[in-house]
Formats: sequence, C-alpha cells, structure tokens
Amino acid sequence: MRVVVAMSGGVDSSVAAALLAEAGHEVIGLSMQLYDQRDAPGAFGSCCSLDDLQDARRVAHALGLPHYLVNFEREFRETVTRNFVSEYAAGRTPIPCVHCNADLKFSRLLTRAEGLGAAAVATGHYARVRRDEAAGRFRLLRGRDAAKDQSYFLFTLTQDQLAHAVFPVGELTKPEVRATAARLGLRVADKPDSHEICFVPDGDAAGFVERHLPEPARTGPIVDEAGREVGRHGGVHRLTVGQRRGLGLATGRPMYVLRLEPDQARVVVGPRESLGARDLVATDVNWIAGPPPDGPRRCTARIRHRHVDAPATVVAEPPHTAVVRFDEAQVAITPGQAVVFYDGDEVLGGGWIAGGADTAR
Amino acid sequence: MRIYLDYNATAKPASGVAEAVAHALAEAFGNASSVHAYGQQAKAIVDDARGDVAALIGASPAEIVFTSGGTESDNAAIRGAAEALAPAGRRHLITTAIEHEAVLQTMRAMARAGWRLTVLPVDASGVVDPAALAGAISAETALVSVMHANNEVGTIQPVAELAAIARAHGALVHTDAVQSAGKIPVSVAALGVDLLSVSGHKFGAPKGVGALWIRRGVRLVPFMTGGRQERNRRAGTENVPAIAGLGVAARRARTVVEAGTATMAALRDRLEHGILAAVPDAAVNGRADARVPNTTNISFDGVEAESLLIALDLEGIAVSTGSACSSGTLEASHVLSAMGLPAPRTRNSLRFSLGPGTTADEIDAVLAALPRLVARLRSLGRTAAALR
Repeated sequence: MRVVVAMSGGVDSSVAAALLAEAGHEVIGLSMQLYDQRDAPGAFGSCCSLDDLQDARRVAHALGLPHYLVNFEREFRETVTRNFVSEYAAGRTPIPCVHCNADLKFSRLLTRAEGLGAAAVATGHYARVRRDEAAGRFRLLRGRDAAKDQSYFLFTLTQDQLAHAVFPVGELTKPEVRATAARLGLRVADKPDSHEICFVPDGDAAGFVERHLPEPARTGPIVDEAGREVGRHGGVHRLTVGQRRGLGLATGRPMYVLRLEPDQARVVVGPRESLGARDLVATDVNWIAGPPPDGPRRCTARIRHRHVDAPATVVAEPPHTAVVRFDEAQVAITPGQAVVFYDGDEVLGGGWIAGGADTAR
Repeated sequence: MRIYLDYNATAKPASGVAEAVAHALAEAFGNASSVHAYGQQAKAIVDDARGDVAALIGASPAEIVFTSGGTESDNAAIRGAAEALAPAGRRHLITTAIEHEAVLQTMRAMARAGWRLTVLPVDASGVVDPAALAGAISAETALVSVMHANNEVGTIQPVAELAAIARAHGALVHTDAVQSAGKIPVSVAALGVDLLSVSGHKFGAPKGVGALWIRRGVRLVPFMTGGRQERNRRAGTENVPAIAGLGVAARRARTVVEAGTATMAALRDRLEHGILAAVPDAAVNGRADARVPNTTNISFDGVEAESLLIALDLEGIAVSTGSACSSGTLEASHVLSAMGLPAPRTRNSLRFSLGPGTTADEIDAVLAALPRLVARLRSLGRTAAALR
C-alpha cells in the first residue's frame, strides 16, 4: 500500500514512518510547512520549526524514503490561525491542534496524498482506529499508552477521514516508540517531546492574537461574582477560565477566572470553589461510534487534554448539540475546549464546549 | 528509468569534467599564484580554462574573471559598477521584474543603501519593452541589468536593443547570461553589453564556479577585498579544480551550441505539443519564439504544481516548479506574477528543462505518465471541493 506519513520531525511520526516501511508499505514522507519561518529563530522543542523539518528530511533519508515539503501556509492561516485568533477574541480558549488534524492533516494533506495515489495518511498520534465489520464503521480508540493518549485531539474525524487514517504508534507506549527509534538508529530517538503551540514558539499566545487582531483588544473590568469591580484586564484574549496568576488582583484570597464576557469586555472572578460545575453544553458534536444516542447515554467525559475523563451522562440534541451532566462537579469547564465522550477506550464522539447549562441554544 | 528534466536548475556534468576536476585536485594541487613549478602547473590549467570560457562567449581571455558562480558574478557586476560610478553622480540602477533573485536582491540591497532603483515591467510573454527603458534612463543611471534568458520561462530579452539605449546615455550594461551561455550562441560583441555573468554548473561544470566577463576598460570596485588574484579583480585563491572543470564544460558546450539547437528545440516542442494535445486545460507560459530551446513552462489548470512535481518524482521524472532557490517554499513565482498571470495559475505551473542528454524516449515516457497523473490530481481536487 502506498501511504503518506505526515512527518513533523518528531520521534513519533518518525517511528510511524519507519514502522510502515518495515511492514513493507511504500511510504512517502510529507512535511507541512505551515508558516513563514525564514525570519523566526529556531524554536527548539516546538513542532515543525525549520530544525524540525530538517530532522524530518534526515530521518526520511536515513530510512530511504522519498520526502517532500508541502506548503500549507495559506491553508494554515485560513483554518488554524484564523480560528485561533477569533476564538480567543470571543473569550474562548481554542485547541488549534484539533483543527490542524481535521482541517489540514486529514483533509488537505489527505487530498494531496490521494492525488499521489496513496491510500491513507499516517501520523504519529497515540490513538487507534478499528474497523467494526459488523457495524460497518470505523471506531476511534485511545492510544495504548494512557499517559500519551491523543484521541482527544481527533474527536472531529468523520468516518471517511478515519477510513483513511493510520496511527502506527497507537499500539505502542512512548518508551517503546523511543526504543524503536533507537533500534533503528534514528537521530530523533532522544528528541524532547513538543508541548507548546507550534506557531507560538515563545508561548505568548496573547501577543500572537494581538498581532493578528483587526483592531486593538478592548480592555475592561474584572468583577467578582457580586459584580463589584476588583481590577482591570488588558483584553479577554489574555485570560482563560480557571486562571489565577497574572490577574493583578489585591484581594485577600486567591481568585480564579470564572467567566469571560467578551461582549462587555468583562471578566468574572471568584474563589476556587466557584470554578466547579456539573453541566455543560457542547456544539458541533461529532458522533463517531454510531448515530447520536436516543436518550441519556452514560459515558466518561473529558473536558481538556490533561483532564481525567469523569463519569457523566450525555443527552444528544440533534442535529449537532449535546448536554452533558457530570456525576460530580468538574473544575474549570472552559468554553472553546472540547468535551470528548468515552466508553472505556472507545471515543463515542465529542463537541466544542459552548458554556454551562445556562448557555443559550 | 529515471528522467532528468531540470537542467535549468543544474546540468549533469559534461563528459571529461569529473576527470579534469580530479586531476587538478590530486595532481595539480599547487597555488596558481605560486612562482614554483607546482604553481605554474595550476596556473596553466587556469589559463587554459580562461581561454575556453572566453571562446564560449566570444570574448578575450583577459576579460574573464573567475568567480564562485552566477550569484557572485551578478553581485560583483552590480555592486562593482554602482560603486565605481557613484562618485561621477550616477546613483541610479535599472533592472527588470523577471531577473533572478541574485540580481533582484542585490539591486534591492543597493536601493536600501541609497541608490535609486527602477524595476522595469515585462509584457505577458515576459519581455521588456525597450520604450520602458528609454523612459526610465537618465544621465544619472549607472547600470542597466537585464537578463539574457529567463530561468523559469526561457524567454530571451532584446538585450542588444536595450544595451544600445543604455550606452547612448552613458550607462553600463550587465546581462545575467546564466541560462543562455552554453545553450544558445552568446556573443558579448553582438549583445553590446559591458558585463556578463556565467554560471558553470548550468552547462556541465561543477557547482561553485562561474565567471564574470568585464569588457576591457570597464573599471569595477571589487566587492571582495584581499589578495591580487585575477588581476586585482577578484581576491581569493583560485579554485583550480572547479575552474579546470569549467574549462572542459565550456569547451563541450561550445561544440554543442555550434552544432545547432534544432535537435534540442525539436525535443522540447515534442514535449510541449504532446502535453497540450494530451492534457486538457494546459497552457504554455511565455512565448513560443525568442526562447531558449530547452525550456518550457506549462500551467495545468486546477492542479497544484507542488503535488504534480511530487507525483512525477515518484515516477522517476524530475522537473521543477520554477526557480530551484524559491521552490523550497513555493511562493508565487515572481516571474509569472510579473507576466500578469493570476496567482492560482502561478501555483499550477511546472518548468520542464531539457539538456544535451535528453532523449526522445524520455520525452515519450513523460508524455505517457503525465496525463494520468494530472487526471488523478484533478479528480481529487473536484471531490475535495465538492465535499467542502
């Protein structure tokens, strides 16, 4: 099978390419150039910097694979970056990686791959896809390494996308991936994991948003739950729900961001116990395992990548909304993040967190 | 079968070049500036090569300065002429919108340093209008730089006509002949220029060597300072092995050019006509006449050239999306943009460039593969568009 591997230059996608080649597939390495990096300092440890693209090229060469750079700067701007900026400006906290997976890797890159006669796109994600012959569906499962599982970032994938997705390292643990890289003598075997948002290598998301906003962000008041002004903020895009540091408040006890109200340029803060909530409304829900459930569905639900999914009941409201009630209050349910529903290891589906139970819909 | 159709990026070494390089590297290792026998042996190689390069462009050997390649030649010509004429009040430079980056970026650097710069437009076929030059030039113009043949579309500029206008105003004329020398007859006298850049690897020499022809009597300010090599015109120990290879390649290229370009042009036309006949919605960029015989640039409507290039490479066919220097990032080609092509079409364009080794079988193999690859890319393009 001819298969395209999206090679970021990291150890995971490098090993993904190596495993597919070892299995006898005809592997083509493609690395996406996502933004103009000629003037950027080499950002160490972030995804897809020039150094990373060079690593991808050298790994592909070492494995004897053809490798090409594909330019997705325009597409990246139109999908990932634009959404990132508008979400922050709207008082939400976005997850660009989800859009990059759905709108670039398993969309534009998949189209490119098919244009090259490839049957699938493989990535270095820690997730698994199973074909359920009986149901005639593709099922998305967590990666076997629970600590590294990235299924959360893949919840928007459609059946058609899953049919063309391959995750070769999903059956491995991270140590096994590194051991494989070492066994093959790949130069990236000990390369550190990436954590930051790749196109914001300095970690200053707020600064990035400000450079891309059409007009300067509105400053406004920080108020407590009773509506009393307790401070000022430099724009809702600078803050995220659950944030405590950097508010510049001189209140007696620690205060956390509870809510961002971009229409009034207002930020509501409160004590930690006010951060907990049991309910949320999700929009643009994608049901992977089957049609939307009739009636309440028991599951575990995850509200951010680093959240341990918690028992909940989800009620689908067709066509694309869902209401989620957790058994116990969860801390910092954050609009703009995703809620992903699991049944054991299987991803049932997921959606974007719009807000709490009172969210208009 | 692997097929190489990217000769405008670089050519396969001409026969005898590798041997000449190896001999100079291993046997004639002396410094060409040294007095002793080792030096004399190296110097003889450099002298021979100088004669061969001069003969390729109808020049006298003393007018040839060896450089590290086309980019250095362009830099030396532009910076050297600008610096030399500035004290006389000539601080205006003229070039065209379709030059190679080596010229364009050097011109822009001079503009940042205070020189006035005029960039002449081209018409839809990529040709500069002499009237535009006549309108831009003045007694303050130091240098007019117009490339001889364009690297992306192959169009040949009316250099002689442009040079006559420039000289009438007392300006120096430089031409970047990197894509014409070794492909078509090049005569410095017929072109009427003062400075001419040559790159070795475009006609079978090693990379990293080239030449600048400086008309006798023209004084440049050297932009590299150091030793007195090359009659004080280019400092630095001569790269004898590369110069040895350049000499052999120039000799071979002269034979090729003198044999005529009809065979090469016939192969190129076979490719071009074959593509236009077999692939719907394909169009040639540039012009059919006044073009180097090895180059064609073709747009495939609705096809990302980047993908088609990869698909061809996976079939063993090497082509390019334009200038090799810029295709790493695939910006819209400044050449095609200057010719007025809309942005999507600049992204749909591939350059095929043939060389002396290209055969009819290779052309036919490309014609056999290309329609299928284009059709596959187009079918997916439509599917993807329909899905969104």
